[in-house]
Amino acid sequence: MRADADAPPLVAMRDITVRFPGVLALDSVDFFLRAGEVHSVMGENGAGKSTLIKALTGVYAIDQGTITVAGEERLFGSTADAQEAGISTVYQEVNLCTNLSVGENVMLGHEPRNRLGIDWKATHREAARHLESLGLQLDTHSLLSSHSIAVQQLVSISRAMVLDARVLVLDEPTSSLDRDEVALLFTVVRDLRDKGVAILFVSHFLEQVYEISDRITVLRNGKLVGEYCTKDLPRSDLVTKMVGRAIDELEAISEIAERDVDRSAAPVLRATGVGLRGVLEPADLDVFDGEVVGIAGLLGSGRTELVRLLYGADRADVGDVEVHGKPARITSPRRAMQHRIAFSSENRHAEGVVADLTVGENIVLGIQARRGWHRKVRRAEYDAVVTEYIHALGVRPADPNVLVGTLSGGNQQKVLLARWLATAPELIILDEPTRGIDIGAKADIQRKVAELSSQGLSVIFISSELEEVLRLAQRVVVMRDRRQLGVLDSGSVDVDGLIDYIANHGEGSVA
Amino acid sequence: MRRIVQHRLFWPVFSLVALIVVNTVARPRFIKITVRDGELYGALIDILRNSAPLMLVALGMTLVIATRGIDLSVGAVMAVSGAVALTIIDDSSSPGSTTTVLAAIAAGVGVALLLGAWNGFLVAVLNIQPIIATLVLMLAGRGVALLITDGFITTVNSHPLNYVASGYLLFVPFAFVIAVAAVTVIALFERRTALGMLTEAVGINPEASRLAGVRSRGIILGAYVVSGTLAGVAGIIYSSNIRAADANAAGELIELYAILAVVLGGTSLMGGKFTIAGTVVGVLIIQTLKSTILFLGVSSAESPVFFAAVVIIVVLIQSPRVHGLARGLTGRGRSSEVPARTDAEVPA
Amino acid sequence: MSTGLATPSRGAVAAQQVRSFLDRRALLMPTFAAFVIFVLLLIGAQVHFGNFMTPLNLSALLLDNAYLVILAVGMTLVIVTGGIDLSVGSVMAFTGILCARLLADGHSAALVVPLIILGGAVIGLLIGVLVQYFDVQPFIASLAGLFLARGLAFVVSLSSIRVENESVLWLQTTRYRFGEWYITPTGIMALLVAAIGAFVMAYTRFGRTIYAVGGNEQSARLMGLKVARTKVLVYIFSGMCAGLAGLVLTAYSGAGYPRNGIGTELDVIAAVVIGGTLLTGGAGYVVGSVIGVFVYGTIKTVISFMGAEQSWTRIIIGLMLLVFIGVQRIIVVRAERRR
Repeated sequence: MRADADAPPLVAMRDITVRFPGVLALDSVDFFLRAGEVHSVMGENGAGKSTLIKALTGVYAIDQGTITVAGEERLFGSTADAQEAGISTVYQEVNLCTNLSVGENVMLGHEPRNRLGIDWKATHREAARHLESLGLQLDTHSLLSSHSIAVQQLVSISRAMVLDARVLVLDEPTSSLDRDEVALLFTVVRDLRDKGVAILFVSHFLEQVYEISDRITVLRNGKLVGEYCTKDLPRSDLVTKMVGRAIDELEAISEIAERDVDRSAAPVLRATGVGLRGVLEPADLDVFDGEVVGIAGLLGSGRTELVRLLYGADRADVGDVEVHGKPARITSPRRAMQHRIAFSSENRHAEGVVADLTVGENIVLGIQARRGWHRKVRRAEYDAVVTEYIHALGVRPADPNVLVGTLSGGNQQKVLLARWLATAPELIILDEPTRGIDIGAKADIQRKVAELSSQGLSVIFISSELEEVLRLAQRVVVMRDRRQLGVLDSGSVDVDGLIDYIANHGEGSVA
Repeated sequence: MRRIVQHRLFWPVFSLVALIVVNTVARPRFIKITVRDGELYGALIDILRNSAPLMLVALGMTLVIATRGIDLSVGAVMAVSGAVALTIIDDSSSPGSTTTVLAAIAAGVGVALLLGAWNGFLVAVLNIQPIIATLVLMLAGRGVALLITDGFITTVNSHPLNYVASGYLLFVPFAFVIAVAAVTVIALFERRTALGMLTEAVGINPEASRLAGVRSRGIILGAYVVSGTLAGVAGIIYSSNIRAADANAAGELIELYAILAVVLGGTSLMGGKFTIAGTVVGVLIIQTLKSTILFLGVSSAESPVFFAAVVIIVVLIQSPRVHGLARGLTGRGRSSEVPARTDAEVPA
Repeated sequence: MSTGLATPSRGAVAAQQVRSFLDRRALLMPTFAAFVIFVLLLIGAQVHFGNFMTPLNLSALLLDNAYLVILAVGMTLVIVTGGIDLSVGSVMAFTGILCARLLADGHSAALVVPLIILGGAVIGLLIGVLVQYFDVQPFIASLAGLFLARGLAFVVSLSSIRVENESVLWLQTTRYRFGEWYITPTGIMALLVAAIGAFVMAYTRFGRTIYAVGGNEQSARLMGLKVARTKVLVYIFSGMCAGLAGLVLTAYSGAGYPRNGIGTELDVIAAVVIGGTLLTGGAGYVVGSVIGVFVYGTIKTVISFMGAEQSWTRIIIGLMLLVFIGVQRIIVVRAERRR
């Protein structure tokens, strides 16, 4: 039975507020999920989307608000509580045991038993029955690991049904699936919806959201923007609501960006057809001396994947790269550094700062790594470099001996930037350098990037804030759903146009 | 005052001093040092001399642990190096000559170095888990040592060899001098060059270090080579001490004591920041504990029970759960799977 | 993977059947390999010596290694959860000497035997609690257990103690004969423990939880399995096995000896790995570990037949361990790349 718009929602989350140290992740958000519907929650980084889902599935406790399931108010202290309330989750990294068989995974913990112990015949029979009710014919005796992620996810959904789930949360289920696998998944999802299950579909793939969901809830900056019927919401409206048209406080910087770039010589870096199967469709990118090339697109569009391939953090399996016109094989970060390419990761916590080392040590790490362990950076040079960059980027506290882990996000980002700038690169790749940091630090970093590029440094710049990209870049590479859409000249498009391009380019007519 | 207490060496040093004080109260002769023929004698001197093998092994273990690894093979490597060296001396025509002894020692330590490189290769290049990689050598190494000595305890009477463990250099036991030299050399290497900082970076955040262009492979390999070499030297000292190569008893359980010394000194088993000074203090604590236990009349065979208690106390103190209990519960009670919120975890 | 959307051709069906046979049995491959190695070893020894595969020799194989079989069963359960127990050799020595002392003091076997198994269980409980509730790495926690048990063994007695108790010695001296084959009560105990272990692993929720925890502990928890309880119980079980092994070894040698079992845990781990259990957890069979013990025992016997040093046993086992781990790594890397 399809969703009845007048029926009371199966899940009602009202006035939900979740606080973290220093951040208000969710601010009085309402969310309603009905039986027999597929509902998507959309939002960019920092929007609160994943916090909302974690609150529903019992991973986070809420500070304020109520969660009601089938009319009963619930307090989730653990994922087990949520499961008991009939809420099952299928994660992107499938939460099953791949070393066990398909049938066992479906029935694990609920295997039928006879007098002696587990009745395996009955177990596999039951499992096959559950799989079949989703339209799946799998050999239940086969190992889960022998199947693709797509199939594993379907098995995970089967298990949810064994547990009599009334609410199924699919958290980024399609990130590793190809077209056919997605189609299969959607068939199963529609089938469950028609049987009355409430389905929460979380994905950043626009096309898929439009294909499968009945309703869309949009969050931005921890607040609810609105709930809409999919068919009433054109794509560009959706993207606008997600990304926002925040007042621009940083206009002065854009003047520096408006200048001519000399494209007559060989580009600093030219990548042709670079890609990695299952991760990124082949893409092209080139950067000239003193140019800032921005990469725009929504979360998950493949921006980070592309630059990681360029830097050698991951190895591409197709494509060619030229540095200053000469072919180059950039297969590791060390190789990239030898070509004077630097990379600042978007995940500054896991891949950027070395938390238990001091600010000074973190800044000097890049230089030191390149020189090797035997040529230690001497005290005088160490002090000079560290002081210069702490000052230039405005790192606070301005003390080179505090542990980096104690700094705020914005200052950690500055330290990372300092590390890379200290190695005097020719090309620096910045992946979301201003994410999750305060306005002041944002402005500092953007100003620095603009300054440096006007002095000859080449920059590849990724940001989810489209104004930022247009402000700083001369050209913008646009990506969507792990493919490159095209390259735009930043002077020729404004934020609305960029949004439109991201949402609709290549899709035929605008909705 | 506060800065002294918060210094990470405070508690290890405090424990050591406390131990010494307790011992002195129980037996005032404990801190008595006598001079005879220009050589120092006394309970404290014994501790310094006896601590040499453990000091060397623990030093190497510190570096390996800093890279997020572990080296279980050090005892076996000690046995091998002792076996190699003593067999050479035994088979030679002039066991009492200094050149023979020097050559034998060089061979023994050289073999130990190669064994360390082998471990490093397995861990750094083949990416095998350190526990497993070093377990292989722990198993096979003793067998090799036994083969070299033909299963016997090869006794040797060689004055230059005896000097290693019992001789004196400038008032203090030669073995102690070796240990001091090793500690000094390693400490200089780690802190005068960038090796220390890069090792810590690799241990704290291997991925960030890789992206920063740090040569992790070489650093990890180096740590195991050093560990093996130092174990080799320790093996020589041990063999010199008992004037024999005992492939079974050499370095028995030493890897465990070494790990304990490292942990006592304040280096975390999780890798990252390490302290050589801390390990030195840790070794001295263990050695003093051993001496205390002996004095209490407990036979050395039974002493592991005390060390079990020490290990348990130390890991409990370092356990995050105990920290949580100590600080009291904050916020509502949560199941163990609900993550504590930290600044570093601000989600999307 | 077929999802029933189209009817495949006959050739495709056959190919499918072969692939599905392999898919199902993938985890059995290492154990199967161990079995093959065992058979090859036996055949090789037979060819070389001519009188190796006699019922007498093969029966002795079980007799001489019964204690190892029991230890290996306990170790298998621990390793499959992704943990490790370095204390088993020392616990075996402790319970062995304790058994000898209590018997020498005049207590009845009916009291002593359960007591020493309990002793092993208590040490296992200590390790399990450290691992599960205090987040201590299994290797460190079981190290503490090793220290404790070894020290306690010497506390009980600094030297060996002969066993005169008839009911204990009976375990070893009685032979049940079938033609030229024979088996002792200790052998029966070992096989019984192995059978129980195998049954638990395959047919109980506890056993399946062990596999799940070893495969992906986080998933197992999210799937609602009793992870904490299981992780503690496997160490208790391993401790109990070590306790029983102490009894068996004491009966075998006729005396308790505090220096027994030094390094035995390594032999056990090697046997378990050779038998096909992955050290990273999640895969392995008790049957495989038993085969691994027999491989170890065969190599030991072959070496004594050859009149060579016993130390070669350890070296060969070490090398085999290395090869197996290398192969395990390759399998794991291949599996990951496939995804």
